[in-house]
Amino acid sequence: METLKERKTITKKNEAIKISGAEAIIHCLLAEGVDLLYGYPGGAIMPVYDELYKFQDRLTHILTRHEQGATHAAQGYARVSEKVGVAMATSGPGATNLVTGLADAQIDSTPMVCITGQVPRHLLGSDAFQETDIIGISTPVTKWNYQITKASEIPEIIAKAFYIAKSGRPGPVLIDITKNAQFDEFEFSYKKCEAVRSYNPTPKPNMELIKAAGKLINEAKKPLIVWGQGVILGKAEKELKALVEKTGIPAAWTIMGASALETEHPLNVGMVGMHGNYGPNILTNECDVLIAIGMRFDDRVTGRLEDYARQAKVIHFEIDPAEINKNVHADIPVLGNSKETLSLLLPLVNSNSHEAWHNVFKEKYQIEFDTVIKKDIHPTKDGLTMGEVIEEINIATEHKAAIVTDVGQHQMIACRYAKFKETKSNITSGGLGTMGFALPAAIGAKMGAMDREVVAVIGDGGYQMTIQELGVIFQHNIPVKIVVLNNDHLGMVRQWQELFFDKRYASTVMVNPDFVKIAEGYHIEAKSVSERKDLKAAVQEMIASDKPYFLEVKVEKEDNVFPMIPSGAAVSEIRLK
Amino acid sequence: MENNQWFTISVYSENNVGLLNRISGIFLKRHINIESLNVSKSEIDNVSKFTIVIYTTDTWVHNIVGQIEKQIEVIKAFYHTDDETIYQESALFKIASDLLFDERQIQNIIKESNAQIVTVARDFFVLAKSGRRFEIDDMYEQLKPFGIMQFVRSGRISVTKDEMQISALLREFQYN
Repeated sequence: METLKERKTITKKNEAIKISGAEAIIHCLLAEGVDLLYGYPGGAIMPVYDELYKFQDRLTHILTRHEQGATHAAQGYARVSEKVGVAMATSGPGATNLVTGLADAQIDSTPMVCITGQVPRHLLGSDAFQETDIIGISTPVTKWNYQITKASEIPEIIAKAFYIAKSGRPGPVLIDITKNAQFDEFEFSYKKCEAVRSYNPTPKPNMELIKAAGKLINEAKKPLIVWGQGVILGKAEKELKALVEKTGIPAAWTIMGASALETEHPLNVGMVGMHGNYGPNILTNECDVLIAIGMRFDDRVTGRLEDYARQAKVIHFEIDPAEINKNVHADIPVLGNSKETLSLLLPLVNSNSHEAWHNVFKEKYQIEFDTVIKKDIHPTKDGLTMGEVIEEINIATEHKAAIVTDVGQHQMIACRYAKFKETKSNITSGGLGTMGFALPAAIGAKMGAMDREVVAVIGDGGYQMTIQELGVIFQHNIPVKIVVLNNDHLGMVRQWQELFFDKRYASTVMVNPDFVKIAEGYHIEAKSVSERKDLKAAVQEMIASDKPYFLEVKVEKEDNVFPMIPSGAAVSEIRLK
Repeated sequence: MENNQWFTISVYSENNVGLLNRISGIFLKRHINIESLNVSKSEIDNVSKFTIVIYTTDTWVHNIVGQIEKQIEVIKAFYHTDDETIYQESALFKIASDLLFDERQIQNIIKESNAQIVTVARDFFVLAKSGRRFEIDDMYEQLKPFGIMQFVRSGRISVTKDEMQISALLREFQYN
């Protein structure tokens, strides 16, 4: 009988001997360079967990406390690294618990492969114990999904899953594997997938359109760049910086694009969108050429579409043809990977400085600083603001941290005020707005970038949606820093109730537990501050710690986030108060 | 406001379980009713063709086709207006046999509508009619007073007047 050790060398020798489907799954993951996955076992995935046990020296499995946590951890891992995040769950409820993470990864284009167990082939459709149609359920929220019912399909399908997840516009893939396929033995061999005939992940750039874009940019008097996550996913940070510096064009970002260009770069004019900066929002409706790079004109970015940049010619650099003319008409659509298209554009654009145009941004910034920013970051009132906490984190981390945020007021404040020096530093749930994202995503982010400081900034509402993942942080001693900005409210909903629902605060007051005690229950060092005099030292202490650390900051209960483009308003109708 | 009109969407795809669900989900997401749907083989070996008819605006059909084409197993998707396609539907009418002898008018309807008699049994006979929707509707209205035992109409099938730009791409697949 061959020993376990001999069996483990199978991928090296690459010879076809018979192994079980479950073991094959492990070899596929190893062949794809996976060394870490998140998941939760259960009946229909037990054969795979049995193999994970045998391979634990080469493949680390992190047991999250809920399958949703596994998906967000895998997302956080993927977003800081250049790898595909992997999550695993059993059939039925295990699989359905992945749905939120899949939807989040789908709308935020995060490469992730989820593997679920399924009842044996002969029980499919019989309403067996823990059977659910996860293929049907996950179809709208996956880039691709597939049900494996025969062991022999495993290598080809898993290879395809990884290829699809990471190529082109990335996204989540779910592979559902019936239990019989995990048990059955077959002759294993693995070949990486390099193409799928019906799938063209990266359209070839059209040089004529790039020339036209270059010409338009050179002729523009008041051009504006708005970039999104496509710059990060396309690894085009250098090209973006070169373009901005050569052309002198003011450049603004969507929250998914944040950190692709350092915050303090003189040509970085800030964030667009509902709670973005005053200048880039209002001037979107004054620019003559809008250069959109790797962004998709989400409604939170555009406000009322009928009044979005109507005066401007739009150049849209985009990898996904389905995004062209979906929301905003592109006068010049440039398809392709952003690194490639920007590289081709660079030699065609003239050096410029657009000084007068920049001065308009500076004036607008001054207005925003005087009415909003000053109060947020250097408040004079008693209560602590979220903005000053973010500023203390900036100072303590020297702008080098990856900031992981949840959803709501704290997220908008963090995106507005966090300062980034490195790319892939703003990990947040942008498109789906998934409360509960941050804590597990921070676990994944830290494990994907162990050399980086990872600070999770979370509201008191979202924190309690996935608070059980403190168990993972404790068990594996993952040194993430957790900051809960506690205003005892679902702050963003409360803000809308105040502004648009005549202060009828329906179900937005939170009656919260003692968060410090909860963290301490998980043996995580914890502190709470509620006064300004204690804030700086508390943040410094947290950052100085090399262990997991929890810091609750009790902030003003009824602060609002401004500026704000009210829902359905135009970007130029942005309110400063 | 853009006007709604009829569009025929043609989707060339791999023949995989689950793809129909994926495609129909795109219409569901936008709350658009599929007026008719037909899936068959295409002119290319091992390539399936979906023919989908919807009533919507040009902007929406553009976006929908983009999202269909984005699906991994979809090779190519097109949309056309009625002017740009040759299209037909088929229908079957099951009618009691005695009517054929008792009601002379039925024989005239059969002749004038160019319908075919598919089968004649002791109790019933079956008429098949292919054509435009309104022709089938006309025939239905004419036969209705005599009593239709069963009626069914297929989804639209269509071919384009111009060449589908996909042909060269698909030919490449054939030789792979």
